[in-house]
Amino acid sequence: MLFLSKKQDWLGNVRADVLVGTVVALALIPEAIAFSIIAGVAPKVGLYASFCIAVITAIVGGRPGMISAATGAMALLMVTLVKDHGLHYLLAATLLTGVFQIIAGYLKLGSLMSFVSRSVVTGFVNALAILIFMAQMPELTQVSWHVYAMTAGGLGIIYLFPYLPKLGKIIPSPLVCILVMTGIAIHLKLDIRTVGDMGELPDTLPVFLWPQVPFTLDTLEIILPYSLPLAVVGLLESLMTATIVDDLTDNSSDKNRECKGQGLANIGSGLLGGMAGCAMIGQSVINIKSGGRGRLSTIVAGSFLLIMVVFLDEWISRIPMAVLVAVMIMVSIGTFSWNSIVNLKANPLSSSVVMLTTVIVVVWTHNLAYGVFAGVLLASLFFANKISHFMYVDSTLDENGMTRTYRVVGQIFFNSAEKFIASFDFKEAVEKVVIDLHRAHFWDITSVTALDKAVIKFRREGAEVELIGMNEATSTIIDRFGIHDKPEEIEKVMGGH
Amino acid sequence: MLHEKLVLAGIDGSSLTEAVCDYAAWIALRLGAPLKLLHTIDHHPESAAITDLSGNIRLDSRDHLLEEVTNLEQQRSKLRLQQGKQLLETARARVMHSGIVDPITNQRHGSLVESLIELEQDLRVLVLGIRGKIHEHQPDKLGAKLESIIRSLHVPILVVNDNFKAPQEFMIAYDGGKAADKAVDMVANSPLFKGMTCHLVCVDKDNPTAAESLRAAADKLTHVGGISVTPQILHGEPKQILCDYLNQHPIDMTVMGAFSHTRLHDLLLGSFTVKMLMNNKKPLLMLR
Repeated sequence: MLFLSKKQDWLGNVRADVLVGTVVALALIPEAIAFSIIAGVAPKVGLYASFCIAVITAIVGGRPGMISAATGAMALLMVTLVKDHGLHYLLAATLLTGVFQIIAGYLKLGSLMSFVSRSVVTGFVNALAILIFMAQMPELTQVSWHVYAMTAGGLGIIYLFPYLPKLGKIIPSPLVCILVMTGIAIHLKLDIRTVGDMGELPDTLPVFLWPQVPFTLDTLEIILPYSLPLAVVGLLESLMTATIVDDLTDNSSDKNRECKGQGLANIGSGLLGGMAGCAMIGQSVINIKSGGRGRLSTIVAGSFLLIMVVFLDEWISRIPMAVLVAVMIMVSIGTFSWNSIVNLKANPLSSSVVMLTTVIVVVWTHNLAYGVFAGVLLASLFFANKISHFMYVDSTLDENGMTRTYRVVGQIFFNSAEKFIASFDFKEAVEKVVIDLHRAHFWDITSVTALDKAVIKFRREGAEVELIGMNEATSTIIDRFGIHDKPEEIEKVMGGH
Repeated sequence: MLHEKLVLAGIDGSSLTEAVCDYAAWIALRLGAPLKLLHTIDHHPESAAITDLSGNIRLDSRDHLLEEVTNLEQQRSKLRLQQGKQLLETARARVMHSGIVDPITNQRHGSLVESLIELEQDLRVLVLGIRGKIHEHQPDKLGAKLESIIRSLHVPILVVNDNFKAPQEFMIAYDGGKAADKAVDMVANSPLFKGMTCHLVCVDKDNPTAAESLRAAADKLTHVGGISVTPQILHGEPKQILCDYLNQHPIDMTVMGAFSHTRLHDLLLGSFTVKMLMNNKKPLLMLR
């Protein structure tokens, strides 16, 4: 199943896909180099990874038209591993990441994405943009004014070149930026840092490389704390990107296949001396915007990237870092959701808080997994709180003042149980209490316990207690939704509303 | 809910559309089944509506892109929706003229194959043109989706390739196999062929039982189906012989099993069904 694809996934859009693939490859090169530098490895590790991941996900991925490669989100997670243990442990961790992701695919964990709300996704994307931007700071601090000039000039070209008539829409402006600014730097013999200063570039095709690490539990202990978050963040960003691409192309994708595809891609990358990667939001948007739709554009991007890097390594090593910074700032600005700031006030407060929390936790921990976890948790709490408001109890006293009937309407669960108990008047001296639960829904054990507590209290005050509609009320305490989620069953359970 | 199974005609506005309507109306009338006219709007998500190779992303590029793509596709789809409506209206008028009381028209998004698979369980007979708009002027080509439609559905499919002529005589390509016997059963039990003349043609493969089963089949057609039968045993290479026979006799329709082999088999050895489709000037009823 992993290798199945429709003919139109590959050949539906050949001319555009090949052209777009080259555009994407040009944009991938600066990113792969920049993210290698974030991770603390030589540029070739990121470039090999980008080649390998793009090509493998093109074949086995679940979302045609999505671009996967070495990414910033992943690079940030491996910094300390590389610093403390070296490249080979990174390769081993990459392999293990891939294994985890494949397992996640077979366990169908992709469907857990439904818990990640829109606000969390926005928070994730914004945090990612901020992290990419912050990662450029080392290149912009304590440097000569030449660097600032180069970066500013680069940004100017990137944003203004597309306004040129005709040429603007057919030549990628980041490429123009790199060519022009590198040309200026070489011509003026500027003494600024270049890509070549950051480490080795690939001069050959990648070769099979088994990580030189001992096969012991100690090794596992070192790489496991890295592999797990890598796997989680990789899948999160990939599935979020897949959703974004789904929206843009108006068709759906196979999320669980994407998990397996990402896993396989990371294993492939680890075996060819590359770092772990995942889908890239910015690149995928560029791909779609340029007109790429099929698997072909992704595989062309990966292959073209490698060919260019291997043959042009001399030239690529002379690109000033300041120019890459300009490209990365563009990626960061393009990834950030500026609308989300405009909408901060318009959106419900809880949504905005979830979004901001996600951003803050990520920027604080540099780990997107923590941010998403915090966001999802907070969103769930807000939801539980909202639902708990949908509960009220009213009551009537009969003519001779001896029987009090309480009618409970709404959702009773852990969060509303307290409020449920508080709605009874235990101080009232009556002989009989009737609690009508026909229109109440008990969702968990906490709510049943709360009811027991109320009954016991009434009995201690000397009242007879009668419960009516108990069966209807407790029919919502069901864990086996497979049987109960048919429309007529839901109608039975929720029919009171 | 039990509903009556339909005769469905696929309408796309190609030159065969009128003939498709006529044949579908003829079948619906003979079977006494309701007629449905289907037009599908294929969106081709595999090709892009816009291309902008400037390779950069700006402020809120995702939102802008989504907006831009949506607007463009909305305009396109609206246009196609309109065109489809008109096609269906014309087709509706045509089949009503042929005597269908209340034809159902239906328009769906998505590819024709997808839509047909979804509708399959309501289908009694499907009527399609041999080629759609794309290959309209290439008489040497079959419709791009025809083979996959025939392969993926399990209902009788009438492939129309010429203007309508109310069939009087038809041919059954009979090889004595199980599939052929089943086809004979279906023909015998269907009101469609009552009172018509059948050429029950068997191309002999030196099989002694062939003559016997041919006679049995002929009996069944005569007695159960009320069809007058001319059994024939011919000798030679089946495809060529059958095509020659078709050309020499006034046959208005061919009934045959279709694509009984796998795609791989057909890829290597060539498909009998494809050959028959290509060389036949009269409509073919494919029984699966």
